[in-house]
Amino acid sequence: MESWYFLIDKLLPFAWTHHIFMKNALLAVLLVGPMFGIMGTMVVNNKMAFFSDTIGHSALTGIAIGILFGFQDPLWIMVFFSIFLAIAISLLKHYTTASTDTVIGAVSATMVALGIVILSRGGGFAKFSRFLIGDLLSITPKEIYLLLFALTIIIILWTVMFNKFLLLSVNTTLARSRGIPVRLVETLFCIVIAVIVTISIQWVGILVINSFLILPAAAARNVSINMRNYHTISVTITIFSGIIGLLLSYYWSTATGATIALVAALFYLITLPLKPRFT
Amino acid sequence: MHLIKMNDKAIARAQSKACGLCCTKLESFGVTIGKTEILRDINLHIHCGELTALIGPNGAGKTTLLKAIMGEVPYTGTLRFLDIKNCQTRKPLVGYVPQKLEFDSGSPTSVLDLFSAGLTARPVFLGHTTRQREHTAKILSVVQAEHLLDRRLGDLSGGELQRVLLALALEPCPDLLLMDEPVSGVDAHGRELFYNMVSSLRQDYDLSIILVSHDLVMVARHADRVLFIDHTLLCSGTPQEVFSSENIRRTYGYVFQGGINDQDSFLTEHKIKGVGA
Repeated sequence: MESWYFLIDKLLPFAWTHHIFMKNALLAVLLVGPMFGIMGTMVVNNKMAFFSDTIGHSALTGIAIGILFGFQDPLWIMVFFSIFLAIAISLLKHYTTASTDTVIGAVSATMVALGIVILSRGGGFAKFSRFLIGDLLSITPKEIYLLLFALTIIIILWTVMFNKFLLLSVNTTLARSRGIPVRLVETLFCIVIAVIVTISIQWVGILVINSFLILPAAAARNVSINMRNYHTISVTITIFSGIIGLLLSYYWSTATGATIALVAALFYLITLPLKPRFT
Repeated sequence: MHLIKMNDKAIARAQSKACGLCCTKLESFGVTIGKTEILRDINLHIHCGELTALIGPNGAGKTTLLKAIMGEVPYTGTLRFLDIKNCQTRKPLVGYVPQKLEFDSGSPTSVLDLFSAGLTARPVFLGHTTRQREHTAKILSVVQAEHLLDRRLGDLSGGELQRVLLALALEPCPDLLLMDEPVSGVDAHGRELFYNMVSSLRQDYDLSIILVSHDLVMVARHADRVLFIDHTLLCSGTPQEVFSSENIRRTYGYVFQGGINDQDSFLTEHKIKGVGA
Protein backbone atom coordinates (compact mmCIF):
# COMPACT_ATOMS: atom_id res chain seq x y z
CA MET A 1 0.00 0.00 0.00
CA GLU A 2 2.89 2.37 0.81
CA SER A 3 4.15 2.22 -2.75
CA TRP A 4 0.64 3.02 -4.00
CA TYR A 5 0.46 6.10 -1.76
CA PHE A 6 3.91 7.14 -2.94
CA LEU A 7 2.96 6.67 -6.57
CA ILE A 8 -0.20 8.74 -6.20
CA ASP A 9 1.68 11.55 -4.42
CA LYS A 10 4.15 11.65 -7.31
CA LEU A 11 1.71 11.25 -10.19
CA LEU A 12 -1.35 13.10 -8.94
CA PRO A 13 -0.24 15.91 -6.64
CA PHE A 14 -3.73 17.38 -6.23
CA ALA A 15 -5.68 18.53 -3.20
CA TRP A 16 -8.00 15.53 -3.23
CA THR A 17 -5.18 13.01 -3.26
CA HIS A 18 -3.84 14.38 0.04
CA HIS A 19 -6.34 12.30 1.91
CA ILE A 20 -5.45 8.69 2.56
CA PHE A 21 -9.11 7.72 2.18
CA MET A 22 -9.17 9.18 -1.33
CA LYS A 23 -6.06 7.21 -2.29
CA ASN A 24 -7.70 4.08 -0.94
CA ALA A 25 -10.98 4.82 -2.69
CA LEU A 26 -9.21 5.49 -5.98
CA LEU A 27 -7.44 2.13 -5.80
CA ALA A 28 -10.71 0.41 -4.91
CA VAL A 29 -12.41 2.00 -7.91
CA LEU A 30 -9.59 0.82 -10.16
CA LEU A 31 -10.07 -2.73 -8.87
CA VAL A 32 -13.87 -2.87 -8.76
CA GLY A 33 -14.23 -1.18 -12.16
CA PRO A 34 -12.54 -3.80 -14.35
CA MET A 35 -14.16 -6.58 -12.34
CA PHE A 36 -17.66 -5.26 -12.93
CA GLY A 37 -16.84 -4.25 -16.49
CA ILE A 38 -15.80 -7.80 -17.35
CA MET A 39 -18.68 -9.50 -15.55
CA GLY A 40 -21.34 -7.05 -16.67
CA THR A 41 -20.98 -7.94 -20.34
CA MET A 42 -21.94 -11.54 -19.68
CA VAL A 43 -24.67 -10.58 -17.22
CA VAL A 44 -26.26 -8.41 -19.91
CA ASN A 45 -25.72 -11.07 -22.59
CA ASN A 46 -27.39 -13.69 -20.40
CA LYS A 47 -30.25 -11.33 -19.61
CA MET A 48 -29.45 -11.69 -15.95
CA ALA A 49 -29.81 -8.07 -14.88
CA PHE A 50 -32.75 -8.96 -12.71
CA PHE A 51 -30.86 -11.85 -11.13
CA SER A 52 -27.91 -9.71 -10.04
CA ASP A 53 -30.36 -7.11 -8.76
CA THR A 54 -32.01 -9.76 -6.60
CA ILE A 55 -28.66 -10.92 -5.22
CA GLY A 56 -27.90 -7.32 -4.31
CA HIS A 57 -31.19 -6.79 -2.55
CA SER A 58 -31.02 -10.13 -0.79
CA ALA A 59 -27.83 -8.99 0.88
CA LEU A 60 -30.17 -7.36 3.40
CA THR A 61 -31.28 -10.78 4.56
CA GLY A 62 -27.66 -11.95 4.54
CA ILE A 63 -26.73 -9.09 6.86
CA ALA A 64 -29.73 -9.86 9.05
CA ILE A 65 -28.76 -13.50 9.41
CA GLY A 66 -25.22 -12.46 10.25
CA ILE A 67 -26.49 -10.10 12.96
CA LEU A 68 -28.81 -12.78 14.34
CA PHE A 69 -25.86 -15.13 14.73
CA GLY A 70 -23.98 -12.35 16.47
CA PHE A 71 -21.23 -11.66 13.92
CA GLN A 72 -19.63 -8.22 14.03
CA ASP A 73 -18.68 -8.41 10.38
CA PRO A 74 -21.47 -10.17 8.50
CA LEU A 75 -19.50 -10.39 5.22
CA TRP A 76 -18.84 -14.13 5.24
CA ILE A 77 -22.39 -14.99 6.24
CA MET A 78 -23.54 -12.72 3.41
CA VAL A 79 -21.29 -14.50 0.94
CA PHE A 80 -22.48 -17.96 1.98
CA PHE A 81 -26.06 -16.79 1.88
CA SER A 82 -25.64 -15.37 -1.63
CA ILE A 83 -24.13 -18.64 -2.85
CA PHE A 84 -27.06 -20.51 -1.36
CA LEU A 85 -29.46 -18.11 -3.03
CA ALA A 86 -27.73 -18.34 -6.41
CA ILE A 87 -28.00 -22.12 -6.35
CA ALA A 88 -31.60 -21.96 -5.11
CA ILE A 89 -32.62 -19.59 -7.91
CA SER A 90 -30.98 -21.68 -10.62
CA LEU A 91 -32.72 -24.79 -9.24
CA LEU A 92 -36.07 -23.01 -9.03
CA LYS A 93 -35.62 -21.81 -12.59
CA HIS A 94 -35.13 -25.39 -13.68
CA TYR A 95 -37.82 -27.12 -11.69
CA THR A 96 -40.75 -24.76 -11.82
CA THR A 97 -42.77 -23.89 -14.85
CA ALA A 98 -43.22 -20.29 -13.73
CA SER A 99 -41.28 -17.76 -15.80
CA THR A 100 -37.82 -16.81 -14.61
CA ASP A 101 -39.01 -13.25 -14.08
CA THR A 102 -41.68 -14.36 -11.66
CA VAL A 103 -39.42 -16.73 -9.75
CA ILE A 104 -36.67 -14.16 -9.31
CA GLY A 105 -39.15 -11.41 -8.51
CA ALA A 106 -40.74 -13.53 -5.81
CA VAL A 107 -37.37 -14.38 -4.26
CA SER A 108 -36.25 -10.76 -4.37
CA ALA A 109 -39.37 -9.39 -2.70
CA THR A 110 -39.31 -12.07 0.00
CA MET A 111 -35.64 -11.51 0.82
CA VAL A 112 -35.93 -7.73 1.05
CA ALA A 113 -38.97 -8.01 3.30
CA LEU A 114 -37.35 -10.66 5.51
CA GLY A 115 -34.15 -8.62 5.81
CA ILE A 116 -35.99 -5.44 6.73
CA VAL A 117 -38.18 -7.23 9.28
CA ILE A 118 -35.18 -8.73 11.08
CA LEU A 119 -32.99 -5.64 10.91
CA SER A 120 -35.73 -3.24 12.02
CA ARG A 121 -36.49 -5.13 15.23
CA GLY A 122 -36.45 -2.60 18.03
CA GLY A 123 -36.26 0.29 15.55
CA GLY A 124 -32.55 -0.07 14.84
CA PHE A 125 -32.59 -0.06 11.04
CA ALA A 126 -30.82 3.29 10.70
CA LYS A 127 -27.42 1.85 11.55
CA PHE A 128 -27.64 -0.47 8.57
CA SER A 129 -28.44 2.24 6.08
CA ARG A 130 -24.75 2.40 5.16
CA PHE A 131 -25.31 -0.88 3.33
CA LEU A 132 -28.07 0.70 1.28
CA ILE A 133 -25.96 3.59 0.04
CA GLY A 134 -22.49 2.13 0.42
CA ASP A 135 -19.41 3.88 1.71
CA LEU A 136 -16.46 3.67 -0.62
CA LEU A 137 -14.47 6.29 1.28
CA SER A 138 -14.26 4.15 4.40
CA ILE A 139 -12.56 1.23 2.66
CA THR A 140 -9.49 -0.08 4.50
CA PRO A 141 -6.26 -1.48 3.00
CA LYS A 142 -7.23 -4.97 4.18
CA GLU A 143 -10.47 -4.73 2.28
CA ILE A 144 -8.64 -3.48 -0.78
CA TYR A 145 -6.55 -6.64 -0.71
CA LEU A 146 -9.79 -8.61 -0.68
CA LEU A 147 -10.91 -6.78 -3.82
CA LEU A 148 -7.51 -7.42 -5.44
CA PHE A 149 -7.91 -11.09 -4.62
CA ALA A 150 -11.43 -11.12 -6.09
CA LEU A 151 -10.23 -9.41 -9.29
CA THR A 152 -7.46 -11.99 -9.67
CA ILE A 153 -9.96 -14.82 -9.29
CA ILE A 154 -12.26 -13.24 -11.88
CA ILE A 155 -9.45 -12.82 -14.39
CA ILE A 156 -8.32 -16.43 -13.97
CA LEU A 157 -11.87 -17.75 -14.13
CA TRP A 158 -12.72 -15.68 -17.19
CA THR A 159 -9.56 -16.82 -18.97
CA VAL A 160 -10.53 -20.45 -18.45
CA MET A 161 -14.31 -20.25 -18.74
CA PHE A 162 -15.17 -17.31 -20.95
CA ASN A 163 -15.67 -19.23 -24.18
CA LYS A 164 -18.08 -21.58 -22.44
CA PHE A 165 -19.97 -18.66 -20.93
CA LEU A 166 -20.21 -17.10 -24.37
CA LEU A 167 -21.55 -20.20 -26.13
CA LEU A 168 -24.01 -20.65 -23.31
CA SER A 169 -25.19 -17.07 -23.65
CA VAL A 170 -25.79 -17.56 -27.38
CA ASN A 171 -27.95 -20.68 -27.04
CA THR A 172 -28.03 -23.48 -24.46
CA THR A 173 -28.89 -26.27 -26.89
CA LEU A 174 -26.05 -25.22 -29.14
CA ALA A 175 -23.71 -25.15 -26.12
CA ARG A 176 -24.82 -28.61 -25.06
CA SER A 177 -24.29 -30.00 -28.55
CA ARG A 178 -20.69 -28.84 -28.21
CA GLY A 179 -20.17 -30.80 -25.03
CA ILE A 180 -20.55 -28.04 -22.46
CA PRO A 181 -22.08 -29.16 -19.15
CA VAL A 182 -24.73 -26.48 -19.32
CA ARG A 183 -26.27 -26.67 -15.85
CA LEU A 184 -22.89 -26.76 -14.15
CA VAL A 185 -21.46 -23.79 -16.05
CA GLU A 186 -24.68 -21.83 -15.59
CA THR A 187 -24.69 -22.40 -11.84
CA LEU A 188 -21.00 -21.54 -11.59
CA PHE A 189 -21.67 -18.25 -13.37
CA CYS A 190 -24.57 -17.43 -11.02
CA ILE A 191 -22.40 -18.18 -7.98
CA VAL A 192 -19.54 -16.01 -9.20
CA ILE A 193 -21.85 -13.06 -9.85
CA ALA A 194 -23.48 -13.54 -6.44
CA VAL A 195 -20.16 -13.63 -4.56
CA ILE A 196 -18.65 -10.61 -6.30
CA VAL A 197 -21.80 -8.53 -5.92
CA THR A 198 -21.96 -9.42 -2.24
CA ILE A 199 -18.32 -8.65 -1.56
CA SER A 200 -18.62 -5.25 -3.22
CA ILE A 201 -21.93 -4.30 -1.73
CA GLN A 202 -20.77 -2.46 1.36
CA TRP A 203 -18.63 -0.11 -0.75
CA VAL A 204 -21.09 0.46 -3.54
CA GLY A 205 -24.44 0.14 -1.82
CA ILE A 206 -27.36 -2.24 -2.26
CA LEU A 207 -29.43 0.34 -4.08
CA VAL A 208 -26.97 1.12 -6.88
CA ILE A 209 -24.77 -1.96 -7.19
CA ASN A 210 -26.71 -3.32 -10.13
CA SER A 211 -26.20 -0.15 -12.13
CA PHE A 212 -22.44 -0.74 -11.77
CA LEU A 213 -22.84 -4.10 -13.38
CA ILE A 214 -25.41 -3.25 -16.03
CA LEU A 215 -24.86 0.32 -17.23
CA PRO A 216 -21.27 0.07 -18.54
CA ALA A 217 -22.01 -3.19 -20.34
CA ALA A 218 -25.26 -1.85 -21.73
CA ALA A 219 -23.45 1.27 -22.96
CA ALA A 220 -20.64 -0.80 -24.50
CA ARG A 221 -23.17 -3.02 -26.22
CA ASN A 222 -24.59 -0.02 -28.07
CA VAL A 223 -21.31 0.67 -29.80
CA SER A 224 -19.55 -2.67 -30.29
CA ILE A 225 -19.57 -5.27 -33.02
CA ASN A 226 -17.55 -8.06 -31.47
CA MET A 227 -16.56 -9.48 -28.12
CA ARG A 228 -13.21 -7.78 -27.93
CA ASN A 229 -14.46 -4.24 -28.33
CA TYR A 230 -17.48 -5.05 -26.18
CA HIS A 231 -15.15 -5.85 -23.28
CA THR A 232 -12.61 -3.13 -23.95
CA ILE A 233 -15.32 -0.46 -24.05
CA SER A 234 -17.15 -1.83 -21.03
CA VAL A 235 -14.00 -1.89 -18.87
CA THR A 236 -12.97 1.56 -20.09
CA ILE A 237 -16.37 2.98 -19.19
CA THR A 238 -16.32 1.46 -15.69
CA ILE A 239 -12.86 2.86 -15.00
CA PHE A 240 -13.70 6.32 -16.31
CA SER A 241 -17.06 6.55 -14.58
CA GLY A 242 -15.39 5.26 -11.40
CA ILE A 243 -12.73 7.96 -11.38
CA ILE A 244 -15.01 10.79 -12.55
CA GLY A 245 -17.72 9.74 -10.08
CA LEU A 246 -15.25 9.57 -7.20
CA LEU A 247 -13.97 13.09 -7.91
CA LEU A 248 -17.45 14.54 -8.33
CA SER A 249 -18.61 12.95 -5.08
CA TYR A 250 -15.58 14.46 -3.33
CA TYR A 251 -16.29 17.98 -4.56
CA TRP A 252 -20.08 17.72 -4.26
CA SER A 253 -20.01 15.80 -0.96
CA THR A 254 -22.38 13.18 -2.36
CA ALA A 255 -22.57 9.41 -1.94
CA THR A 256 -19.76 7.94 -4.03
CA GLY A 257 -21.53 4.79 -5.30
CA ALA A 258 -24.54 6.70 -6.58
CA THR A 259 -22.40 9.42 -8.18
CA ILE A 260 -20.39 6.80 -10.08
CA ALA A 261 -23.62 5.13 -11.19
CA LEU A 262 -24.88 8.48 -12.51
CA VAL A 263 -21.73 9.00 -14.57
CA ALA A 264 -22.13 5.46 -15.96
CA ALA A 265 -25.74 6.30 -16.82
CA LEU A 266 -24.47 9.35 -18.69
CA PHE A 267 -22.21 7.10 -20.77
CA TYR A 268 -25.21 4.95 -21.54
CA LEU A 269 -27.21 7.97 -22.69
CA ILE A 270 -24.34 9.14 -24.89
CA THR A 271 -23.96 5.76 -26.60
CA LEU A 272 -27.68 5.19 -27.10
CA PRO A 273 -28.12 7.44 -30.18
CA LEU A 274 -24.92 5.96 -31.68
CA LYS A 275 -26.41 2.48 -31.68
CA PRO A 276 -27.85 2.51 -35.24
CA ARG A 277 -24.37 3.10 -36.65
CA PHE A 278 -23.09 -0.13 -35.19
CA THR A 279 -25.74 -2.55 -36.38
CA MET B 1 -20.63 -26.63 -55.28
CA HIS B 2 -21.49 -29.59 -57.43
CA LEU B 3 -25.06 -30.72 -57.81
CA ILE B 4 -25.62 -34.42 -57.52
CA LYS B 5 -28.58 -35.72 -59.42
CA MET B 6 -30.61 -38.61 -58.13
CA ASN B 7 -29.45 -40.91 -60.92
CA ASP B 8 -25.83 -40.24 -60.16
CA LYS B 9 -26.16 -40.99 -56.50
CA ALA B 10 -24.93 -44.54 -56.67
CA ILE B 11 -21.88 -43.49 -58.66
CA ALA B 12 -21.20 -40.61 -56.33
CA ARG B 13 -21.50 -42.93 -53.36
CA ALA B 14 -18.97 -45.32 -54.81
CA GLN B 15 -16.53 -42.46 -55.41
CA SER B 16 -17.13 -40.73 -52.13
CA LYS B 17 -14.67 -40.67 -49.30
CA ALA B 18 -17.31 -41.90 -46.87
CA CYS B 19 -16.63 -45.52 -46.08
CA GLY B 20 -20.28 -46.33 -45.50
CA LEU B 21 -19.33 -48.82 -42.84
CA CYS B 22 -19.37 -46.74 -39.70
CA CYS B 23 -22.82 -46.63 -38.28
CA THR B 24 -24.94 -45.30 -35.49
CA LYS B 25 -27.24 -47.82 -33.87
CA LEU B 26 -30.34 -47.13 -31.84
CA GLU B 27 -31.80 -50.17 -30.14
CA SER B 28 -35.20 -50.24 -28.41
CA PHE B 29 -34.76 -46.51 -28.03
CA GLY B 30 -37.46 -44.66 -26.11
CA VAL B 31 -38.09 -41.34 -24.41
CA THR B 32 -40.52 -40.69 -21.60
CA ILE B 33 -40.82 -37.22 -20.15
CA GLY B 34 -42.80 -37.03 -16.94
CA LYS B 35 -45.61 -39.50 -17.49
CA THR B 36 -45.82 -38.97 -21.24
CA GLU B 37 -44.24 -41.59 -23.44
CA ILE B 38 -43.02 -39.60 -26.41
CA LEU B 39 -41.03 -42.23 -28.26
CA ARG B 40 -40.98 -45.98 -27.90
CA ASP B 41 -39.20 -48.97 -29.29
CA ILE B 42 -37.21 -47.35 -32.07
CA ASN B 43 -34.60 -49.48 -33.75
CA LEU B 44 -32.38 -47.76 -36.26
CA HIS B 45 -29.22 -48.22 -38.19
CA ILE B 46 -27.75 -45.09 -39.69
CA HIS B 47 -24.79 -45.49 -41.97
CA CYS B 48 -22.21 -42.84 -42.60
CA GLY B 49 -22.41 -41.02 -45.90
CA GLU B 50 -26.15 -41.31 -45.79
CA LEU B 51 -28.72 -38.56 -45.55
CA THR B 52 -31.66 -39.79 -43.52
CA ALA B 53 -34.78 -37.65 -43.47
CA LEU B 54 -37.10 -37.79 -40.51
CA ILE B 55 -40.71 -37.01 -41.32
CA GLY B 56 -43.91 -37.26 -39.34
CA PRO B 57 -46.77 -35.18 -37.98
CA ASN B 58 -46.28 -32.32 -35.54
CA GLY B 59 -45.82 -33.66 -32.04
CA ALA B 60 -44.63 -37.01 -33.34
CA GLY B 61 -41.40 -36.74 -31.39
CA LYS B 62 -38.97 -35.87 -34.19
CA THR B 63 -37.27 -33.06 -32.31
CA THR B 64 -37.32 -35.13 -29.12
CA LEU B 65 -35.49 -37.93 -30.94
CA LEU B 66 -32.74 -35.50 -31.98
CA LYS B 67 -32.52 -34.08 -28.48
CA ALA B 68 -32.28 -37.54 -26.96
CA ILE B 69 -29.48 -38.46 -29.36
CA MET B 70 -27.67 -35.28 -28.29
CA GLY B 71 -28.12 -36.22 -24.65
CA GLU B 72 -30.29 -33.26 -23.82
CA VAL B 73 -33.25 -35.49 -22.98
CA PRO B 74 -32.82 -38.76 -21.05
CA TYR B 75 -33.62 -41.93 -23.01
CA THR B 76 -34.04 -45.65 -22.50
CA GLY B 77 -32.47 -48.30 -24.69
CA THR B 78 -29.06 -48.01 -26.29
CA LEU B 79 -27.35 -45.54 -28.57
CA ARG B 80 -24.04 -46.67 -29.96
CA PHE B 81 -21.67 -45.52 -32.61
CA LEU B 82 -19.61 -48.13 -34.34
CA ASP B 83 -16.32 -46.81 -35.61
CA ILE B 84 -15.03 -49.28 -38.19
CA LYS B 85 -11.65 -47.68 -38.67
CA ASN B 86 -10.82 -47.92 -35.01
CA CYS B 87 -12.85 -51.05 -34.39
CA GLN B 88 -14.62 -49.65 -31.39
CA THR B 89 -18.01 -48.58 -30.24
CA ARG B 90 -18.38 -45.28 -28.48
CA LYS B 91 -20.72 -42.39 -28.01
CA PRO B 92 -21.04 -40.59 -31.33
CA LEU B 93 -19.68 -37.09 -31.74
CA VAL B 94 -22.72 -35.03 -32.62
CA GLY B 95 -23.05 -31.84 -34.65
CA TYR B 96 -26.30 -29.96 -34.39
CA VAL B 97 -28.04 -27.37 -36.54
CA PRO B 98 -31.14 -26.04 -34.76
CA GLN B 99 -34.37 -25.10 -36.47
CA LYS B 100 -34.14 -21.51 -35.51
CA LEU B 101 -31.37 -20.42 -33.23
CA GLU B 102 -32.98 -18.46 -30.47
CA PHE B 103 -30.46 -15.90 -29.43
CA ASP B 104 -30.21 -12.30 -28.45
CA SER B 105 -29.86 -10.52 -31.78
CA GLY B 106 -28.52 -7.40 -30.07
CA SER B 107 -25.48 -9.19 -28.70
CA PRO B 108 -22.15 -8.00 -30.11
CA THR B 109 -21.05 -11.53 -30.99
CA SER B 110 -19.41 -11.83 -34.40
CA VAL B 111 -19.34 -15.02 -36.43
CA LEU B 112 -15.63 -15.28 -35.70
CA ASP B 113 -16.34 -14.89 -31.95
CA LEU B 114 -18.79 -17.77 -32.11
CA PHE B 115 -16.34 -20.05 -33.89
CA SER B 116 -13.41 -19.21 -31.66
CA ALA B 117 -15.55 -19.75 -28.57
CA GLY B 118 -16.57 -23.15 -29.88
CA LEU B 119 -13.21 -24.30 -31.16
CA THR B 120 -10.44 -22.80 -29.09
CA ALA B 121 -9.47 -22.30 -25.48
CA ARG B 122 -8.16 -18.76 -25.91
CA PRO B 123 -10.72 -16.43 -24.32
CA VAL B 124 -12.55 -14.60 -27.07
CA PHE B 125 -12.56 -11.21 -25.34
CA LEU B 126 -8.83 -10.99 -26.04
CA GLY B 127 -9.52 -11.07 -29.77
CA HIS B 128 -8.36 -13.65 -32.29
CA THR B 129 -5.05 -14.85 -33.62
CA THR B 130 -4.40 -14.67 -37.35
CA ARG B 131 -4.29 -18.44 -37.46
CA GLN B 132 -7.70 -18.66 -35.85
CA ARG B 133 -9.05 -16.17 -38.36
CA GLU B 134 -7.71 -18.08 -41.32
CA HIS B 135 -8.89 -21.39 -39.95
CA THR B 136 -12.41 -20.08 -39.41
CA ALA B 137 -12.47 -18.53 -42.89
CA LYS B 138 -11.52 -21.92 -44.28
CA ILE B 139 -14.32 -23.68 -42.40
CA LEU B 140 -16.80 -21.03 -43.53
CA SER B 141 -15.73 -21.38 -47.15
CA VAL B 142 -17.19 -24.91 -47.11
CA VAL B 143 -20.63 -23.31 -46.86
CA GLN B 144 -19.71 -20.27 -48.99
CA ALA B 145 -19.87 -17.97 -46.02
CA GLU B 146 -16.31 -16.72 -45.56
CA HIS B 147 -17.45 -13.16 -46.23
CA LEU B 148 -19.58 -13.30 -43.07
CA LEU B 149 -16.55 -13.68 -40.76
CA ASP B 150 -16.79 -10.29 -39.06
CA ARG B 151 -20.54 -9.85 -39.17
CA ARG B 152 -22.56 -9.86 -35.97
CA LEU B 153 -24.78 -12.92 -35.57
CA GLY B 154 -27.80 -10.66 -35.23
CA ASP B 155 -27.10 -9.07 -38.63
CA LEU B 156 -27.16 -12.32 -40.61
CA SER B 157 -30.15 -13.34 -42.70
CA GLY B 158 -31.94 -16.59 -41.87
CA GLY B 159 -30.20 -18.54 -44.62
CA GLU B 160 -26.78 -17.10 -43.81
CA LEU B 161 -27.15 -17.94 -40.13
CA GLN B 162 -28.12 -21.53 -40.93
CA ARG B 163 -25.07 -21.91 -43.18
CA VAL B 164 -22.84 -20.52 -40.45
CA LEU B 165 -24.36 -22.93 -37.94
CA LEU B 166 -23.90 -25.79 -40.38
CA ALA B 167 -20.23 -24.89 -40.73
CA LEU B 168 -19.89 -24.77 -36.94
CA ALA B 169 -21.59 -28.15 -36.57
CA LEU B 170 -19.07 -29.63 -39.03
CA GLU B 171 -16.10 -28.60 -36.91
CA PRO B 172 -14.73 -30.79 -35.43
CA CYS B 173 -16.08 -33.26 -37.97
CA PRO B 174 -18.92 -35.11 -36.23
CA ASP B 175 -19.98 -38.73 -36.67
CA LEU B 176 -23.56 -37.68 -36.75
CA LEU B 177 -25.00 -34.40 -37.99
CA LEU B 178 -28.45 -33.59 -36.66
CA MET B 179 -30.57 -30.93 -38.32
CA ASP B 180 -33.98 -29.89 -37.10
CA GLU B 181 -35.89 -28.28 -39.96
CA PRO B 182 -32.79 -26.26 -40.67
CA VAL B 183 -34.25 -24.07 -43.39
CA SER B 184 -37.92 -23.81 -42.50
CA GLY B 185 -37.89 -20.03 -42.43
CA VAL B 186 -35.54 -19.49 -45.36
CA ASP B 187 -36.50 -18.39 -48.89
CA ALA B 188 -36.51 -20.83 -51.83
CA HIS B 189 -33.08 -19.85 -53.09
CA GLY B 190 -31.53 -20.20 -49.65
CA ARG B 191 -33.20 -23.57 -49.15
CA GLU B 192 -31.93 -24.91 -52.45
CA LEU B 193 -28.41 -23.68 -51.67
CA PHE B 194 -28.53 -25.25 -48.22
CA TYR B 195 -29.79 -28.64 -49.38
CA ASN B 196 -27.28 -28.84 -52.19
CA MET B 197 -24.53 -28.17 -49.69
CA VAL B 198 -25.77 -30.77 -47.26
CA SER B 199 -26.19 -33.24 -50.06
CA SER B 200 -22.61 -32.95 -51.17
CA LEU B 201 -21.27 -32.77 -47.62
CA ARG B 202 -22.30 -36.29 -46.82
CA GLN B 203 -20.19 -37.46 -49.73
CA ASP B 204 -17.15 -35.43 -48.82
CA TYR B 205 -17.18 -36.08 -45.10
CA ASP B 206 -17.48 -39.36 -43.33
CA LEU B 207 -20.70 -38.50 -41.57
CA SER B 208 -24.29 -39.55 -41.19
CA ILE B 209 -26.93 -36.89 -41.43
CA ILE B 210 -30.33 -36.97 -39.81
CA LEU B 211 -32.58 -34.23 -41.07
CA VAL B 212 -36.02 -33.36 -39.77
CA SER B 213 -38.01 -31.77 -42.54
CA HIS B 214 -41.51 -31.01 -43.66
CA ASP B 215 -40.30 -30.09 -47.11
CA LEU B 216 -41.15 -33.34 -48.87
CA VAL B 217 -40.00 -32.18 -52.27
CA MET B 218 -36.52 -31.50 -50.94
CA VAL B 219 -36.57 -34.72 -48.97
CA ALA B 220 -37.47 -36.68 -52.10
CA ARG B 221 -34.71 -34.98 -54.05
CA HIS B 222 -31.88 -35.33 -51.57
CA ALA B 223 -32.53 -37.99 -48.93
CA ASP B 224 -31.16 -41.51 -49.22
CA ARG B 225 -33.56 -42.83 -46.69
CA VAL B 226 -36.77 -41.60 -45.15
CA LEU B 227 -38.03 -42.50 -41.71
CA PHE B 228 -41.67 -41.89 -40.97
CA ILE B 229 -42.14 -41.40 -37.25
CA ASP B 230 -45.18 -41.03 -35.09
CA HIS B 231 -44.10 -41.88 -31.54
CA THR B 232 -42.44 -44.93 -33.01
CA LEU B 233 -40.89 -45.84 -36.32
CA LEU B 234 -43.78 -46.55 -38.69
CA CYS B 235 -42.10 -46.83 -42.03
CA SER B 236 -38.60 -46.56 -43.45
CA GLY B 237 -37.06 -46.90 -46.87
CA THR B 238 -36.15 -44.86 -49.91
CA PRO B 239 -38.20 -41.70 -50.43
CA GLN B 240 -40.05 -43.47 -53.20
CA GLU B 241 -40.96 -46.43 -51.03
CA VAL B 242 -42.10 -44.38 -48.10
CA PHE B 243 -44.06 -41.78 -50.02
CA SER B 244 -45.84 -44.30 -52.20
CA SER B 245 -46.65 -46.61 -49.32
CA GLU B 246 -50.42 -46.87 -49.52
CA ASN B 247 -50.50 -47.42 -45.81
CA ILE B 248 -48.81 -44.10 -45.07
CA ARG B 249 -50.91 -42.27 -47.66
CA ARG B 250 -54.17 -43.70 -46.42
CA THR B 251 -53.58 -43.58 -42.70
CA TYR B 252 -51.43 -40.50 -42.41
CA GLY B 253 -52.33 -38.60 -45.55
CA TYR B 254 -54.01 -35.95 -43.45
CA VAL B 255 -50.72 -35.32 -41.78
CA PHE B 256 -49.41 -33.68 -44.89
CA GLN B 257 -52.29 -31.30 -45.22
CA GLY B 258 -49.91 -28.40 -45.40
CA GLY B 259 -47.65 -30.14 -47.82
CA ILE B 260 -50.11 -32.40 -49.60
CA ASN B 261 -49.76 -30.55 -52.88
CA ASP B 262 -46.04 -30.85 -52.66
CA GLN B 263 -46.37 -34.51 -52.06
CA ASP B 264 -48.75 -35.02 -54.94
CA SER B 265 -46.60 -33.05 -57.30
CA PHE B 266 -43.63 -35.10 -56.17
CA LEU B 267 -45.44 -38.34 -56.86
CA THR B 268 -46.56 -37.16 -60.26
CA GLU B 269 -43.11 -35.91 -61.05
CA HIS B 270 -41.45 -39.15 -60.16
CA LYS B 271 -43.98 -41.21 -62.09
CA ILE B 272 -43.43 -39.17 -65.20
CA LYS B 273 -39.70 -38.80 -65.02
CA GLY B 274 -39.06 -42.05 -63.30
CA VAL B 275 -36.51 -40.51 -60.98
CA GLY B 276 -35.84 -42.07 -57.66
CA ALA B 277 -33.30 -44.19 -55.93
